Amino acid sequence: MSANRKRTRWLAAAAVLLVLAAVVSAHAEIPLAERRSSYADLAPETKAMQDDDTSNPGMLAVLDGEALWKTKAGNAGRACADCHADARVSMKGVAARYPAFEPALSRPVNLEQRINICRTERQQAQPFAYESKDLLALTAFVGLQSRGLPIAPPADARLRPFLDAGRETFNRRLGQLNLSCGQCHDDNWGKRLVGNIIPQAHPNGYPLYRLEWQSIGSLQRRLRNCMIGLRAEPYEYGAPEYVSLELYLMWRARGLPVETPAVRP
Amino acid sequence: MTDKRTENLATRRDILASAGSLVGGGLVSGLGLATISVAQAQVQSTPAAMALAIRKIAGEATVTPGKVKLDLPPLSENGNSVSLTVSVDSPMTPANHVKAIHVVTEKNPQPYVISVRLGPRAGQANISTRMRLSDTQIVVAIAEMSDGSFWSDTRTVIVTLGACLEDLI
Amino acid sequence: MARALINVPAKAKRGEIITIKTLISHVMETGFRHNQIGVKIPRDIITSFACTYNGEEIFQADLYPAITANPFIAFTTIATESGTIAFTWRGDNGFSVAESVNITIE
Repeated sequence: MSANRKRTRWLAAAAVLLVLAAVVSAHAEIPLAERRSSYADLAPETKAMQDDDTSNPGMLAVLDGEALWKTKAGNAGRACADCHADARVSMKGVAARYPAFEPALSRPVNLEQRINICRTERQQAQPFAYESKDLLALTAFVGLQSRGLPIAPPADARLRPFLDAGRETFNRRLGQLNLSCGQCHDDNWGKRLVGNIIPQAHPNGYPLYRLEWQSIGSLQRRLRNCMIGLRAEPYEYGAPEYVSLELYLMWRARGLPVETPAVRP
Repeated sequence: MTDKRTENLATRRDILASAGSLVGGGLVSGLGLATISVAQAQVQSTPAAMALAIRKIAGEATVTPGKVKLDLPPLSENGNSVSLTVSVDSPMTPANHVKAIHVVTEKNPQPYVISVRLGPRAGQANISTRMRLSDTQIVVAIAEMSDGSFWSDTRTVIVTLGACLEDLI
Repeated sequence: MARALINVPAKAKRGEIITIKTLISHVMETGFRHNQIGVKIPRDIITSFACTYNGEEIFQADLYPAITANPFIAFTTIATESGTIAFTWRGDNGFSVAESVNITIE
């Protein structure tokens, strides 16, 4: 990509964001009936790429994940499949209900963290690095088993304070642009920000293949992009702040079908 | 990740440079700006480079518009991946078939995209792939027939500029 | 090893035109990008792809940096006889992947 093109894009984006910041007022959550996956806003050829498993590049990661699922690892010499057997059965619906409360940590963990807990405790292996090829692959493989199922955040009272914290983060102005997540994704979804349609920001397809990344990536990578776009200091991968935000986003997207591995521009 | 990171730093410099140019160059030294423009000049293909590439493909033969259909979205969401299909009107018999299909562009760093060889066993001349487009530009598909003739189709693709990019800092 | 995803119908009628779709994991680093100190990131791409049907080459492609990461190539062939359809991708830094699938003609 040419430096010139990036420069033009950034300047245009900054200008639009500044105008946006001047006109937004207090916002409200999107009514449930109006919630929709950003799949609806994709160009026909991007939709086609997601719809056909033999042309969706995210499926390459799923295949890697399937191989890892069956590979023995760690001092325990155990594979995921040794405990969980057929993922199509045992992992069905799992991705739709994460992040979930982890009693040992007294806080919620997301799917990637859950996989790493299994890895360190059950397999006695080194945890995968966040955003590593292997962790994305295994998460995508587990995520695929919930494809088509509605996002169903657990009704767990212990999650409440974390859900509230996530909502607070979503609505807090951040960074040098002084914008909250909600100002774009609750108040102005459907409008254009340069060439992009502002999405409602539902996390229903992660890990997903993003054309901009030319690879598969996690929800936290996307959140990190947003924070950097706002000129805010991003949290470290795996930070509790991100997990709370993920929890709120999943609650906010409740009922939408899981699309993992989705394709987005 | 390293590649992304390193590219990001270059991007940040570009942003500073463009900010500088907007306010009269006050923020960035002239040297920085000059370096960037030279770097860009070195990697830009041109319509002339595309014409030369077409000449290398077709030699002395005339390339005639027709028989070829290049399907590309007129507007692309992201220049990193633009789906394209090339189909050629040909009976694909041993006596009369498409021998090769080439795709070239005008403004990518270099004109070549893909060159394929096929023959009567294909049954029909129809190929699909995905390409990168560095900017809004012209794409040309050329078919080489078994009788030595060359045919082409041309499309312009507008690459839209997204707002939300990977790591700008 | 790089992962490849190949879609060929398992069964076909003799003389039927079938579509073959291939996807392979590869970064396709263009060689045109620079790092923060202005040093060019070396090119690392798949440069060629070939498909054989029972040993006979039926399709060949030369790829350039303008092909996307994780290259996708789709083409057609006439189903002639039962056997093996084989695929080879080659590229920079000794990259070489071979895959094959079986097809049954009814």
